Amino acid sequence: MEIVLVLLIGILYASGIFMLLRRSMVKLLIGLTLLGNGANLLIFLLGRITKGKPPVIDTAAKLFTDVYADPVPQALILTAIVISFGLQAFAIVLLKRVYVLVNSDDLDDLNTPEEEDI
Amino acid sequence: MLIAVLSGLIVSILYVPFGKYLKGRLSICVSLLPITLFAYFASFIPSIRGGNHVTFHYPWVPSLGVNFDFHLDGLSLLFSLLITGIGSLVFLYAAPYLQGHRYLDRFYAYLSLFMAAMLGVVLADNVLLLFIFWELTSISSFFLIGFNNDNADSRKSSLIALGITAGGGFFLMAGLILMGHLSGSYSIQEMLGTNEYLKSHALYGWILALVFAGAFTKSAQFPFHFWLPGAMKAPTPVSAYLHSATMVKAGIYLLARLNPVLGGTDYWMYPLVIVGGLTMLYSAFHSLFRTDLKAILAYSTIAALGILVFLIGIGTPESLLAASVFILVHALYKASLFLTTGVIDHETGTRDITQLGGLRKVLWPLSIAGVVAALSSAGVPLTFGFIGKDLIYEATLHTQGILPIVLTAVAVLTNIWVLYAGFLAGIKPFAGALPERYAHIHLPNPLMWLAPLLLALLGLLFGCFPFLVDGALLNPAARAILQAPIGTPLKIWHGFNPVLLLSGITLAIGTLLYVIRKPSSHNLAFVERFNTLSPRYIVGRIARFAKVISRRYTNTLHNGFLRVYLLRIIVFAVLLLGFRLFTGGAVSLTLNHLSPISAYEIIVAAILIGAIFLAVTTPSRLTAVVATSVIGYCICLQFVFYSAPDLAMTQFSIDTLTVVLFVLVLFRLPPFLNFANRSTRLRDWTVALAFGAVISLIAIQVLNQPFDEAVSRFYGDNAYTLAKGKNVVNVILVDFRGFDTMFEIVVLSIAAIGVFSLLKLRLKASEKE
Repeated sequence: MEIVLVLLIGILYASGIFMLLRRSMVKLLIGLTLLGNGANLLIFLLGRITKGKPPVIDTAAKLFTDVYADPVPQALILTAIVISFGLQAFAIVLLKRVYVLVNSDDLDDLNTPEEEDI
Repeated sequence: MLIAVLSGLIVSILYVPFGKYLKGRLSICVSLLPITLFAYFASFIPSIRGGNHVTFHYPWVPSLGVNFDFHLDGLSLLFSLLITGIGSLVFLYAAPYLQGHRYLDRFYAYLSLFMAAMLGVVLADNVLLLFIFWELTSISSFFLIGFNNDNADSRKSSLIALGITAGGGFFLMAGLILMGHLSGSYSIQEMLGTNEYLKSHALYGWILALVFAGAFTKSAQFPFHFWLPGAMKAPTPVSAYLHSATMVKAGIYLLARLNPVLGGTDYWMYPLVIVGGLTMLYSAFHSLFRTDLKAILAYSTIAALGILVFLIGIGTPESLLAASVFILVHALYKASLFLTTGVIDHETGTRDITQLGGLRKVLWPLSIAGVVAALSSAGVPLTFGFIGKDLIYEATLHTQGILPIVLTAVAVLTNIWVLYAGFLAGIKPFAGALPERYAHIHLPNPLMWLAPLLLALLGLLFGCFPFLVDGALLNPAARAILQAPIGTPLKIWHGFNPVLLLSGITLAIGTLLYVIRKPSSHNLAFVERFNTLSPRYIVGRIARFAKVISRRYTNTLHNGFLRVYLLRIIVFAVLLLGFRLFTGGAVSLTLNHLSPISAYEIIVAAILIGAIFLAVTTPSRLTAVVATSVIGYCICLQFVFYSAPDLAMTQFSIDTLTVVLFVLVLFRLPPFLNFANRSTRLRDWTVALAFGAVISLIAIQVLNQPFDEAVSRFYGDNAYTLAKGKNVVNVILVDFRGFDTMFEIVVLSIAAIGVFSLLKLRLKASEKE
């Protein structure tokens, strides 16, 4: 299964990068989301995957008695998901603002001509 | 002493709040500052005369060896008196000269700043302190040259001057630090003790080269001389003060000061003699062709600086005495000539020597100043210049080893040209018939003609009675340069000897040249044909070339398109990582310990890939958003499969929220426009796929490594025993890494505030574009 995940990560990264390179701001945002998902999955995979053994200690025991999934990448990814939500929410609203002002979704419309003369 | 040095800085700061009250007639009060300082430094004359020196120590940054250490000996005293003395006259002179000028307060602030900096340079014993003041003089000079800031030439000249002098300053700093590092002390007086070690060290050549670079740029030696004629764009009092009498002599001062530390070797002597000699000849010759009074004076100033470097290079007691005498001689007559020129410019509105004449009839006190100063520069007997010139000839004649004939010839030739330049500037405007258009001119404010007159007459006084300054100032100065007593007193009359003969020859030929040769713009045009060979032109070309390069560089790398930046970063990352993977050997994957694949996993993966494809290719915005959410849910399912319930729940809720927000905020937007053409898309796809492939390969590489479980075992073992929690992920987040989570909440709150305020923001009509 790892092979499939590796493939998925590659595709997520590639499509994320491709979307980042577009001129549309919405596509840029979607690219960012894809890239974030790819990164999360990558971290998850590199912590090794374990089926059906969540890192929760049995109610009766004080320590793990069985093998369990690595909790560290999970904690990292959880943080990453939440932070990326903050980022996306802000970016979405900012995008809306920009659209209202410039009336365009094109990143190039944000370049001001005054900067040209150096 | 500290107050004396820093008072100028303090006054210049006080100009910020109180400047506007001092713009009018009160401005003259500032002159009290240099006058007081002059009196203060003059009070040291008796003790210095007795062969003492005075030191002052104020700790500043003792741990770095940087202290306010001041050392007052003959050399410092000579310079301090020049700085404050000529400073007093220039302060007084400038008040009527710039009367009513918009920026008179600024002018005085810069001038005070400069005076403080210059005093610091000549009094500092700590080389780092010296360097700080050294740079301050460059900066104040920059402001003063660019004082008429509405004039493009002024601005350009000030930039050139700053570029050259501050550029040299960098070299100087390196040289001084090297010296301090090698000798173990940043104090010049202590370096004297280690001078033999410094001179024999392997880095001695580097120290010399760096120090020379600093001194030559500051003192306008060939080929760095060209900033000085440009600096004449400054108001004339500034030219008299900074660019003739004091600041440009900072380089001379430095060489003289370091002479006992570094001097006395061939490596010290030859560069100084050669550069000084070249400068003398080059600029004295150039002064013949100028028609602008200030340009003539500028070139003859450079020649005088060349003479000083040349004399310090020769390094005999006679030449060092000659140098200290010539410093005073030159300061007196050149400042006087500059101030005279200033009045002429002020009253007639021109400095073109071919237009001027006969002004003695209307500006008679000034004509006395001009003529006396010119005679002093010519070295006519009974002027101070005569003594100076005699000493120079004596110094060159009595050299050993290095061809006295050549050096004397260089000195004589230079002096003939300097004499011509002096006559041109000091006599020509006053001689001959008065053009009618100047008949109405009358004498300006007495301060303006008293200052040059006083300086010129001082030159005459010292010429007649050299003992007035000899024992008190000049002998101690030369003694400080040499670090040994010098016996010979200054005399007016040396008897009939080769020196007198040479003086006579200089005078005769120079006067003849002045009588025969008439300055004309034709000559100026003639030399300007060779401009393409001049250092100024070459440096200008280099600067322009650098500008073009940097503009192209910036325009290429910083073109303002986000995707271009991203593309470059990603391509670079791909190349770097790809190269590392390529050299790291073949990528292989051992399949035996991988987990098995089930059918539902394949289905989810297929859905995921389909959703990605849809998100990337769809022309509809809404479809793209929905596809993104499908991707999120699929990843959520992956988390479910592989034992991460917390992640799955978080991903699920966050994904839902994102989609809601997206749709709420953006659903009105039009469909995507496809801006890119085929080749751009192909390029982007190539880069993107390459990046994805590199990441996948890295992931496979990592999977091949053995997994270290130490960290996860620590949390697993301690989650309950230490933190009393059974969900290890939660325990990590809220307990072991509790502060991280707290700051994460802070970040989210900031984002929430941002979102809220952006949603609430109602722009005024005026702010929309």
